[in-house]
Amino acid sequence: MNVSQVTRLHEYLERTTSRLPDKAALVCGGERVTWAQIDSAATALACALRRREVERGDRVVICLENSVESCVAVYGVLRADAVFSLLSPQTKAEKLRYVLLDSGARCLVVEGAIWDACRPSLWPLPELLSVSVVRTAGNQPPAREGVPPAVVVERYGDAVSGALSPLPDASISIDLASIVYTSGSTGDPKGVMLTHQSMVAAAESITTYLRNRETDVVLNVLPMSFDYGLYQWLMVTLFSGTLVLERSFSYPMAVLAQIDREGITGVPVVPTIASVLRTYAKRGMRYEGVRYVTNTAAALSVAHIETLRRTFPNARVYSMYGLTECKRVCYLPPDDLDRKPTSVGRPMPNMEVFIATPDGRRAVRNATGELVVRGPQVMRGYWRKPAETAEWLKPGDIPGEFHLWTGDQFRADEEGYLYFLGRSDDIIKSRGEKVSPREVENVIYSLEGVKEVAIVGVPDDVLGDAVHAFVVLDEGATYSAVDIIQHCTQRLENFMVPKYVTFLASIPKTSSGKILTRGIRELARSAMADQDTLSRK
Amino acid sequence: MILDSFLGGAPDAALGDDESLDRAHIVDSVRALELLLFVEEHFGITVENEEAVPENFDTVSNIVAFIERKRAV
Repeated sequence: MNVSQVTRLHEYLERTTSRLPDKAALVCGGERVTWAQIDSAATALACALRRREVERGDRVVICLENSVESCVAVYGVLRADAVFSLLSPQTKAEKLRYVLLDSGARCLVVEGAIWDACRPSLWPLPELLSVSVVRTAGNQPPAREGVPPAVVVERYGDAVSGALSPLPDASISIDLASIVYTSGSTGDPKGVMLTHQSMVAAAESITTYLRNRETDVVLNVLPMSFDYGLYQWLMVTLFSGTLVLERSFSYPMAVLAQIDREGITGVPVVPTIASVLRTYAKRGMRYEGVRYVTNTAAALSVAHIETLRRTFPNARVYSMYGLTECKRVCYLPPDDLDRKPTSVGRPMPNMEVFIATPDGRRAVRNATGELVVRGPQVMRGYWRKPAETAEWLKPGDIPGEFHLWTGDQFRADEEGYLYFLGRSDDIIKSRGEKVSPREVENVIYSLEGVKEVAIVGVPDDVLGDAVHAFVVLDEGATYSAVDIIQHCTQRLENFMVPKYVTFLASIPKTSSGKILTRGIRELARSAMADQDTLSRK
Repeated sequence: MILDSFLGGAPDAALGDDESLDRAHIVDSVRALELLLFVEEHFGITVENEEAVPENFDTVSNIVAFIERKRAV
């Protein structure tokens, strides 16, 4: 289907716009936006960024709700030859500051409410030159108290209404397109560096196995800061479809009403969404127009699969597995779902995997060990983190090539179908997103009077893993579980906030003083059984 | 009162009766469903699928009005 070779992501936008300028690209918040409108808005933003001295290879941080602007911003940044990082609209000041500092961003494009909440605590940021604020309160000029005088702060609408100027268009396929921040086991988020080449390769592989076509209309309720959400937009641009973009899935019935209205054919989910759908599905609903449903982030249970099939009776259901470091690894062909319901299938097109067994062999079937990946989709490394990069990217057989060691334990069956067994590190997957225990522990440690903290994941029907905090207080400290949860809510994205808090007199340790994670998990299990643990409900 | 019992841990001082729970990121898909189930259980009403929409659930005022309507029936 793709005859001309695309080398950079934004060429998909040019290609689709030149063919179908008046087709709806995006339906979002009651607005319908055509490809021609997206295209000219992206050019206007690119010119605005150049005017604010964003140059080739510079980083631009985008912290927006799912919106027309977030979709435009992705291509605006790329057209300026720059590199985008999308952050969750739930990002709190400390994390925003960390990412701005770590990426050395030249420009921040930010939601008005987030700007107002975070502005006082971001400085100094020596490399930041300008801030463009979307949706300011009362459409007033954005506040700039406390901002160093050298930093330009402007309304997004003003920034993009300046005169257009020719763009240099100098980037090539091996330039970075995006740095995707993901939770790391050290507690500091890591920036996954992705080139145009690797993102184009991933988008081509996925749209090939999903058999996407121009008539596909995709519903995205996932945040675009999550690469699964971002790729829905990139892929729709690739196959010239239409994206129906939602801010959230808080009111599923209102969101799903668009399936019939807009002729939606593709629905990407994570298991938490399938769990939520289950309750509504029991009360009766059915959408016949959906052609495919995809799932990633964690395995679907048999009950989830049932729910999806009942709700979307004509859909092919794809179970998939991936990680930000290479976007996607494998998918289960829908026809195999009944035969191997717990498998995440086979490698996607243009990707190769093997299992590194504990005795040092490489195997593709009948083996258990760490999953290793090779392909053009693999990241370039972690931004400014050479030690972590070397841990994950190890030299392959071809000089200069690197294999991605995923840290995930897998089994391959006799036919080479893959099964996810668990992680080798202690990263927790809650609502499909990665939670670093260290990151949550650090936040709780910042409360005065907290002596020790241990965070573990406990199985949860809806969340996948629920975050469970074990806390030891100093003598005299009198925090309640609600205090701990509130403290976290103000500093972390919702999916990282503990659901359970248990206070202990001490935390089980090994003889060398290391926290005994297994002991903690044991405690978590018995706390759940006793029901004496406070949840935030 | 609904939010006092339901949200417990959320800082409620800043939340206005007409503020969108979704836009303020107080609810997401999971929390909104928990809220719906809480309202059903606590007030002894049944929420139909068609009623699980922002017009009935996205602000404190909307929730209060919705419950009053349902109980009046």
